[in-house]
Amino acid sequence: MSTSQVIPAPEQPHETFVLNVGPQHPATHGVLRLKLTMDGEYITRAEPVCGYIHRMHEKMGENRTWAQYLPNTGRIDYLAAMAYGHAYVAAVERAAKIEVPPRAEYIRVITTELNRISSHLVWFGAFLLDLGGFTPLLYAFDDREKILDLLEALTGSRLTYCYYRFGGVCNDVDDDFIRGVREFVAGMWPRMKFYRELVTDNIILRKRLIGIGVISDEMCRKYGATGPVIRGSGVGYDVRKMEPYSVYRDLDFDVPVFSEGDCMARYLVRMEEMVQSLRIVEQALDKLPAGPVMTSGVPRVLKPPAGDYCFAVEAARGRLLVRIVSDNKEIPYRVRWRTPSFCNLSLFEEASAGMMLPDALALLGSLDLVIPDIDR
Amino acid sequence: MSLPEPFRLLSFLVGVMAFVGFNAAYLVWVERKSAARFQRRPGPTEVGYAGLLQPIADGIKLLSKQLIVPPGADRILFMVAPLMVMIPAMISLVVLPFGGSLMARDINVGLLMMFAFGSINVMSIMLSGWSSRNKYAIISAARIVSQDVAYEIPMLLVVITLLMITGTMNLNEIVQQQEGWFWHWNLFRLNVNPLMPLTFLIFFTCMLAEINRAPFDMAEAESELVAGAFTEYAGMGFGVFFVAEYANIVVGCSFATVLFLGGWQSPFGLWSGVWWFLLKMYALVFTVIWVRWTFPRTQFYNLLNLSWQLLIPASLFTLILVAAMMKFL
Repeated sequence: MSTSQVIPAPEQPHETFVLNVGPQHPATHGVLRLKLTMDGEYITRAEPVCGYIHRMHEKMGENRTWAQYLPNTGRIDYLAAMAYGHAYVAAVERAAKIEVPPRAEYIRVITTELNRISSHLVWFGAFLLDLGGFTPLLYAFDDREKILDLLEALTGSRLTYCYYRFGGVCNDVDDDFIRGVREFVAGMWPRMKFYRELVTDNIILRKRLIGIGVISDEMCRKYGATGPVIRGSGVGYDVRKMEPYSVYRDLDFDVPVFSEGDCMARYLVRMEEMVQSLRIVEQALDKLPAGPVMTSGVPRVLKPPAGDYCFAVEAARGRLLVRIVSDNKEIPYRVRWRTPSFCNLSLFEEASAGMMLPDALALLGSLDLVIPDIDR
Repeated sequence: MSLPEPFRLLSFLVGVMAFVGFNAAYLVWVERKSAARFQRRPGPTEVGYAGLLQPIADGIKLLSKQLIVPPGADRILFMVAPLMVMIPAMISLVVLPFGGSLMARDINVGLLMMFAFGSINVMSIMLSGWSSRNKYAIISAARIVSQDVAYEIPMLLVVITLLMITGTMNLNEIVQQQEGWFWHWNLFRLNVNPLMPLTFLIFFTCMLAEINRAPFDMAEAESELVAGAFTEYAGMGFGVFFVAEYANIVVGCSFATVLFLGGWQSPFGLWSGVWWFLLKMYALVFTVIWVRWTFPRTQFYNLLNLSWQLLIPASLFTLILVAAMMKFL
């Protein structure tokens, strides 16, 4: 044997074990199950198992009339339900060629953006809880409570709204609501500063988030990840800017983009989005036109002309697309949801390979998953 | 003390156990109340005035629960671990000088004994994790061993630094050396070690890590490991671990007080007594609680890096500095 020949050391078989995180686990925020193949504390493979809270929302759409399906829309993503209602009614309005009065459009934008803030606040609290910081959750819920109270007074429910109707919204905003929203927005500016000082600038938090869970824009495109996830990877994709719907074209707001792709970037994107949503709400309140909130002449029994229609909105977690197929009957032929959480989760397997358990859970938290949104 | 020695010892042992038990129960209340205040909510209010009977209600609830030993667990170790976790905390307090003459056992190697027993704490948590036959518990056990080994070293280096300054392991003598105004406290004895506040900070950080308190609560880390080593414990088995955590806080803060903050010595040389000790100790306990409810948890490897890369070199440096100053000044 010549001395130059290098004999490769035999590959040491690593002993791995399977760790079931979930369906009941504090970090998964719902009944998501992760089958983690672990090598010590390192993850070699993470397989998300979903379907534990599948409720057949799409199939339900084929069994009830167009209007009867409205309450379902609020139950897919219970944290940002307004956007789901918005996507569905807008798709049906597009199919049935229903014009929406401008006041109703502005109210839709105000309520959706308030809902986005409340959703991001829940994420903020829950994410910090994942990282072991308990206190911010309570502060975030304190602020969110104000939004929920406002929306409850307006829509009648606190989470699963059924407020939008084909051709408008079901009741007009009153002065109390407008005053309340203005007070809330004015109160939120100092709170955002407070969050920055208490949480964002904390050295432990920065150590936990910066450089952890890097997702490239390529990976985002590959899996169809949208929303704050892709915006944290340096792609300024926002449905509100890319294909403006409703009155977003008339409103001045920025799309926060951070190019690092780590957990901190996604964290900062969401914090900045709250600020932008506050700006949108402020402007929409200033521009709120007078007039009806409901188009007259929407038929009681709606039969959109046969065809295939879709409508995309920017939900709190990313691009939400609803596709409806009508065969000119009272009941939809098909309702199909493209929900952001599902696509955002699907990159987890690739992104988490080789990470340590606490970092992988930070990554999972930074994706802001809502489990009913994954399973529908 | 006029009591004959056996009675004196007995009353002190009962007293120490009562002190630990009472503190453990009521620190839970203090923690819940102060956490609630940090989070702008009232906390426990229902059981008794301001929820003061809440720890008793919790205790009764935990006692009335079934003790479940999971199938496949190592039964004996599983049962022994909670017993082992309380004992070191109680024994450590035997050598602690609460007041000038208020001390169960005045022995010459008090400091050594306290650290010897303090290390057993690690073993009991490791045993509980190991014997549970639960993956989360085993991960937690592995973490706790590496964490406590990593933090034992800087802590002992700091204590050696202190030992060189005081020249005695007798805790009562250490306190007596700190008599007078507060600049006589070991914390402010900058003439022998200009980095003394830093030394105290290292000690306090290591103490937090040793007793597994946030932000270093790797063993529990509820968002990662559910409840870590204690996942499989039910009823009072869990309750004992819970109580032991607070007992260890009391022990840790007590020793920090004695070693650095002058123990029962008054800060201005007058009216020294046990009340000063309690005041300083509870101030430290409150700091521990305060830190927990303000900071998120660190990552495990950052925690180890902090010890090996920062705390051990820093404590070694202070050790050498003190040695050099004692030799040449």
